Amino acid sequence: MKYGLPLVAVIGLILIAWLGSMIPGMQYFFGVAVPYLAVMVFLGGFVYRVVQWGKSPVPFSIQTTCGQAKSLDFVKHNRLESPHTTSEVVARMALEILTFRSLFRNTKSELHDGPKITYESSKWLWLFALVFHYSFLVIVIRHMRLFLNPVPDFIVWLDWADSMFEIGTPALYLTDAGLLIGLIYLFTRRFTNRQVRYISLSSDYFPLLLLIAIGVTGVLMRMFLRAGIDIAAIKQLGVGLVTFSPTITTDIGSIFYIHLFLVCALLVYFPFSKLMHLGGVFLSPTRNMKNDTRQVRHINPWNPDIKVHAYSAYEDEFREFMVDAGIPVEKEPEPEEEAPAEAPA
Amino acid sequence: MYNKGLIVSGLVIFVLLVTFPIWFNGLDAGPLPKPELPPNGTKECVAPAAEMRDRHMQLLNEWRDDVIRNSSREKIVVAGVEYGKGLQLACMQCHSNKEKFCDSCHDYAAVQPTCWECHITPDEAAKKEAQ
Repeated sequence: MKYGLPLVAVIGLILIAWLGSMIPGMQYFFGVAVPYLAVMVFLGGFVYRVVQWGKSPVPFSIQTTCGQAKSLDFVKHNRLESPHTTSEVVARMALEILTFRSLFRNTKSELHDGPKITYESSKWLWLFALVFHYSFLVIVIRHMRLFLNPVPDFIVWLDWADSMFEIGTPALYLTDAGLLIGLIYLFTRRFTNRQVRYISLSSDYFPLLLLIAIGVTGVLMRMFLRAGIDIAAIKQLGVGLVTFSPTITTDIGSIFYIHLFLVCALLVYFPFSKLMHLGGVFLSPTRNMKNDTRQVRHINPWNPDIKVHAYSAYEDEFREFMVDAGIPVEKEPEPEEEAPAEAPA
Repeated sequence: MYNKGLIVSGLVIFVLLVTFPIWFNGLDAGPLPKPELPPNGTKECVAPAAEMRDRHMQLLNEWRDDVIRNSSREKIVVAGVEYGKGLQLACMQCHSNKEKFCDSCHDYAAVQPTCWECHITPDEAAKKEAQ
């Protein structure tokens, strides 16, 4: 169920786009209406989620540190693991966002006969996650050649560098291979690693399967199912979309509409799923806060606005009653004019 | 909201990046490629126009492999017309102007075919002979 449902969903999306795009007149629905809608949901949803996170209270200073905090001068401060200034936080965040430093620490625990448990560094997750994410980034940038007219030089250069081994016709992009290899590793890991499989949900399998489907349809469209893939007509639609004058002049192959529809599904799904880690990584309080709680007081926004009622004021208010009840007071009441003491009988 | 300035400016940068193609093009789709029809008036090609549009790069590489790697230089006969397997032997006999034919779409879609690392255009060939 956890992986069956996502698989059925992805196949369903493919079928919708495949059959739907063959209905006359539906090309504009799949080629124009759906992409516009998807981008609006993506942008609106993304901004909404980030604003909601921004508004969420942070009751404690909850940075996760794994190094020596700044202390006395002779104690060596670990600047990256326990950042004390904004620039140290920026450095820590940059390493996390650009190099996935926390995945680099991934360990594998194994139970051996004995019984004995062993822990061992496992860098595969880090490696393939890095390959996947950077490939995806390059692919997104490369696709700009279908939306920008004229195409800027750096995209032309990127396209050349990415296809420089000239494998197949048109040349295979190395990032396409990187994306699929990365995704297949991430999927296989979820499937075969017992611990990870136990905690994996449909919402973990669906994005992986959707991205695999997007990658596969993209490669198929470029290299194998070229019928109806006239790149000039596709670019005319792409540039048309971003200049708000979209036109579809020829019969573009179904594989194009399938690829596009899957990307639109990804865009719509994005803001409401774990994929929001794109924005969320910047907003994790455990990483973007300074470990300076010994110098700066963190105010909890939930704290009620309490009027301070110090003990001295309390005593002022109740002194007489306290004295009457025999409770010791710090400040003796002003001596009243004493009634004449009753002489003991 | 905590760090309002940072979050809002981050979001603005993100939205500007996502909508970059809109600003870059400035709502102007620009001219569409108009590949020149053969100046010598030929109407027939080795395959229908739609198929050529989609698959010409694959056909050219098949020819290249045939000729250069398998030394198979048999001519191709389509509708009674013989074509030699080659860019200059076949294609450029009719589509003689690289700039007006090949480049018009390739520039538009930022495609950089490797043909011209070995081949020269008929114009260039004529110039070389004149020298």
